[in-house]
Amino acid sequence: MSILVNKNTRVICQGITGSGGGAFHTRGCLDYGTKMVGGTSPGKGGTKDANGLPVFDTVDQAVRATGADATMIFVPPPFAADAICEAAAAGIKLIVAITEGIPVLDMVKAKKFLADFGDSVKLVGPNCPGVITPGECKIGIMPGYIHTPAQKGKRSVGIVSRSGTLTYEAVWQTSELGWSQSTCVGIGGDPVKGMDFIDVLELFQADPLTDAIVMIGEIGGAAEEAAAAYAKKSVTKPMVGFIAGRTAPPGKRMGHAGAIISGGEGTAESKIAAMRQAGIRVADSPADIGKCLREATGG
Amino acid sequence: MKIHEYQARDLLAKAGIPVPAARVVETAQQAEKAFEENGFPLQVVKAQVFAGGRGKAGFVKLVKSAAEARAAAEFMLTHRMVSVQTGPEGIAVNKILIAGAVDIAHEYYLGFVLDRDRSTVSMIASAEGGVEIETVAHERPDAIIKEPLHPLAGMQGFQARRTALALGFTGKQANTVADILLKLSRFFIDYDCSIAEINPLVLTKDGKILAIDAKVNFDDNALFRHPDVLALKDDAETDALEIRAAAANLNYIKLDGDIACLVNGAGLAMATMDVIQLHGGKPANFLDVGGGVKAEGAIEAFRIILSDKKVRGILVNIFGGIARCDLIAEALIQAGREVGFKVPVVVRLEGTNVEAARKILAASQGALPTLQVASDLNDAAKKIVSATR
Repeated sequence: MSILVNKNTRVICQGITGSGGGAFHTRGCLDYGTKMVGGTSPGKGGTKDANGLPVFDTVDQAVRATGADATMIFVPPPFAADAICEAAAAGIKLIVAITEGIPVLDMVKAKKFLADFGDSVKLVGPNCPGVITPGECKIGIMPGYIHTPAQKGKRSVGIVSRSGTLTYEAVWQTSELGWSQSTCVGIGGDPVKGMDFIDVLELFQADPLTDAIVMIGEIGGAAEEAAAAYAKKSVTKPMVGFIAGRTAPPGKRMGHAGAIISGGEGTAESKIAAMRQAGIRVADSPADIGKCLREATGG
Repeated sequence: MKIHEYQARDLLAKAGIPVPAARVVETAQQAEKAFEENGFPLQVVKAQVFAGGRGKAGFVKLVKSAAEARAAAEFMLTHRMVSVQTGPEGIAVNKILIAGAVDIAHEYYLGFVLDRDRSTVSMIASAEGGVEIETVAHERPDAIIKEPLHPLAGMQGFQARRTALALGFTGKQANTVADILLKLSRFFIDYDCSIAEINPLVLTKDGKILAIDAKVNFDDNALFRHPDVLALKDDAETDALEIRAAAANLNYIKLDGDIACLVNGAGLAMATMDVIQLHGGKPANFLDVGGGVKAEGAIEAFRIILSDKKVRGILVNIFGGIARCDLIAEALIQAGREVGFKVPVVVRLEGTNVEAARKILAASQGALPTLQVASDLNDAAKKIVSATR
């Protein structure tokens, strides 16, 4: 098992013909073995994308023609929140929004729009690398080959992270350690987003394939503190963590829209303390995530 | 994006929020004239800079005559302001606000911020205004009134009315404050703000309600739909290297250490700074070159970090996803040829096309004698820290 995506997931790409890299990353997903079944680009319905996939004007048409149940969004920032709402309205179950730079008030509205669909629609991102269940389905921009598919004799770690490249770092180190990954979820670096740490922890805790969990956070907001409190109460699997930004100065936005310490809130120290207090083994160095997993699980 | 106090006052006034008469000047002579035109017996002269700590630095002054206004402005325009937020070199003042001082009966705080925990905008208000709201929230949480806004409907009249009452206003004054709250909430949404606060909102001894100082920041991601806001941008206090980096689409923040880093991805860039410090060094910058970095962007990145004279070593940390390691390696060598690496450079590459990258680096080792290749991130940090000691 895994969470969110598997070999049966049928995926379209919204913004497949645009300059946001839709066709390029659709190629990467196809090469990895993802069932990419088409894409959308308003005004280009009836054509094919660079990979030969059918292009539709609307998500609704795409879903009806292809049976897609997931989408990967590369639509440019001014139109991306609209694309998220369109996907939900068309019956897509998993929306993965890669786009970086969406106005935050657009996300506030889109999130409220999605609330009407309850648990039947899940949003990952925006401003995220995507979701991958190694060996089965990759939706996003991560390098597939660093991941290790679940197999007999290898334990599986689930990874959830606010940062793309730090996720790759964790994947790399856990693969080197001889582990596989059940699923890796990049929840994204924006302040208002879809699934948060707690939502993903809940799925990993319930997933029989996932033996341990790596959670990677960064400065800004209080999601890590909330997740630590949740983990203490509801997660029985071994957990390892890392928080980026101990050296970040207050009041400066560190690349990600959501990575900012403001009014004394959102510091790395507060997050690390909350996680350690919840029994999560937090690595001091990002190079020690694998080592911490070994220590937390006895090998 | 930040704007100055006088710009925020203008915008709020346009939104229908009462602010006292004021003028912006750029010379001492204009200050004298502005005092006379404002026509108040007591006025306040305020330097228009982003950095805080103006009052303590002597850059906010109460004046009682046109001559005093002139002298205060003269001082501010000819001295650099040094405060806890500016660093020892201080900042130059180019614009000065001169406003009528009012007889204050009570100071309040009204503000709207993005509420990350609730995924919406929340109103924050307090009858303890005129001081940092974070301090009030920390020390006296009971003194804070919070109202989350409906994400689609925005602030409702009843929320504004009950806030005004909770602040202690009654009768017509309560209606006036509720009206200001509604206008400020609409302003926040209409302009895609990330923060919009009035601090203090004052009740004067003769019963008037006025916004005395305002702070407004905007969501950078929404500036594309607010050309009028973008036109207010003032880069005078932004580091020159940060401006140059932004022009090259690089995410760069200058810090005060001496080990520069060049990284792809914001999270990894922060983690690289952290690991430098963990091994006893001090990071000179945050630099995320982004996922889709091309050779010219990477070369410009090297130029930028090398023009910080404090830099005594560079750590390059790339986990190739979309970014290709071989491309970074080539850019590194080209940058080395162009600008010359007089300081130690430690490179740690992993991910897409790493084998090709390692070959490129090995082949040019002779041309770049200060270059070392690290096996992992800890090793890289150790190497650069010991090379710069």
